[in-house]
Amino acid sequence: MKSIIRGKVFVFGDDVNTDEIIPGIRIRDAPNLQELAKYTFEPVRSNFWKEVNEGDVIIAGKNFGCGSSREMAPLVIKETGIRAILAESFARIFYRNAVNIGLPPLEFKNITQFAQEDDELEINLNEFTVTNITKNKSIQLKPLPTFLIEMLQEGGLVSYLIAKDGYSTI
Amino acid sequence: MGKTLTEKILSKASGKECRANDIVVVDVNVAMAHDSTAPLAIEEMYKMKDTVFDPDKIVIVLDHVVPSPTVIMSNVHKGLREFFRKTNVHFYDVGEGICHQLLIENHIKPYDVVIGADSHTCTHGAVGAFATGMGSTDLAAIFAYGKTWLKVPESIKISVNGELKFPLTPKDVILNIAREVTADGATYKAIEFEGETVSNMNMPGRFTLCNMAIEMGGKTGLIAVDEITERFFKTERSISSILSLTSDKNAEYIDHFEFDTTDLEPMIAFPHRVDNVKPVTEFEGLEIHQCFIGTCTNGRLEDLEIATRFLKGKKIHKDVRLIVIPASNKIYSDALERGYIKIFADAGAIIGPASCGPCVGRNFGILGDGEVCLTTQNRNFKGRMGNPKSELFLASPATTAVSAIYGKITDPRGEIK
Repeated sequence: MKSIIRGKVFVFGDDVNTDEIIPGIRIRDAPNLQELAKYTFEPVRSNFWKEVNEGDVIIAGKNFGCGSSREMAPLVIKETGIRAILAESFARIFYRNAVNIGLPPLEFKNITQFAQEDDELEINLNEFTVTNITKNKSIQLKPLPTFLIEMLQEGGLVSYLIAKDGYSTI
Repeated sequence: MGKTLTEKILSKASGKECRANDIVVVDVNVAMAHDSTAPLAIEEMYKMKDTVFDPDKIVIVLDHVVPSPTVIMSNVHKGLREFFRKTNVHFYDVGEGICHQLLIENHIKPYDVVIGADSHTCTHGAVGAFATGMGSTDLAAIFAYGKTWLKVPESIKISVNGELKFPLTPKDVILNIAREVTADGATYKAIEFEGETVSNMNMPGRFTLCNMAIEMGGKTGLIAVDEITERFFKTERSISSILSLTSDKNAEYIDHFEFDTTDLEPMIAFPHRVDNVKPVTEFEGLEIHQCFIGTCTNGRLEDLEIATRFLKGKKIHKDVRLIVIPASNKIYSDALERGYIKIFADAGAIIGPASCGPCVGRNFGILGDGEVCLTTQNRNFKGRMGNPKSELFLASPATTAVSAIYGKITDPRGEIK
């Protein structure tokens, strides 16, 4: 995970579910993650993977990632080049999955009013600030618990547990 | 201050007195993954350890794409069989059943910490376990270390009182609850179900309630241990003694919802949200193309029995396909013995192998463009059954069975003589 993320915004609404993020039948048939990522948001925004550049961010309403436990949901989003998701709230399994693969899920209550589609954002994960460069304004996020920041800095749960040799130090 | 069911289970599991919002590391008693989530879990586990922490605590089930319709899936299944032979974890091959039903029949107990790489793992809270879904990487860590971290969730109490009169079922109760609580009303929270209706409900109905806790964002659904739980473990699992578990009277709940079933009607969730819930009467007459009775929500013997009460001696409508899938091979066998399968076959239904079936939209029973399915499953998201251009309505086995006869959404109350 990079500490400074800079890119343009893609806006989604409330209750975006995992079947919308990546349909089950695509998971069944995909030979690898790279191919699977071409179907990211297929039912709701089918050319998403072509529109994203590395460093871009998603802004969403409440309950982002609700539904199934499929880790492919954050994995395909990350594979498209998205480097952070800012949402009013997350479904909890998606939240854990995102941290576990090193894709920061960041919560802020009125985030959908802070930026619009195509605005340029800069997220500073050392300071937990978000700046809307297009609109020239900033917000302060509530920092994540320390062990989750460490997990994101390590790149996810697996690298974190290898570094710590298990869960003993949480 | 007293403790909730969650606080009691997680205090025991973590070995320290814990409260809502504490972060704890716990030993996991049952760690489950299926053919959709296990491959990634295993791949990630091997980055950490050469083998599993304890094979006796790990359960792998082939249930999502069963039997395999593609070479890619066949190779996934083959890989999981090889993993089983190498590690000796508990393993259920294609056709043995849905992961959650197999955990119910063979693995879970009160006070267990049950973590499954499937969102409907919350089902198991019905026996007084702490059961929740996580993703593959979290399961990989449990396979490797036997532990996981949890934030002890705050709890919401849901009280349900009143008689549940046939053809009303636990599914109607939980759909009505989802309407009120909404799709994210319980996010990060544990839901404790209680009250007269729940106390009188048998275990299959309780599993249906807890199964849908996730549809309100819940981390889990739980029900206290009582005589019905004890009887279930005696008769179904040959476990003569289980630990008792009830929440304390002065336990702290962040919210309390109360429901009365006296005026409850058969309910239906309409596309594309589980909390889009209205009485069945509002959709009566809507033409349907496929009906599905099964899944971890409503594929148990009692659910099949309810459906047979309507389908016995009847034929389904010529414009409708009815798919019936028992949740496990044991249920399939019991349903055969009781004559249910014959009733379904004579009515014109298709009986599928014990598995998730069309609910996950990856194998068979995929809908055509513009088609409508009435199903007993738990989720009606756009594209859930494999086609974003189709529509899914969720209802009880009673409503689904009677609607299959008429080819349109039908209130089951009109059929009760």
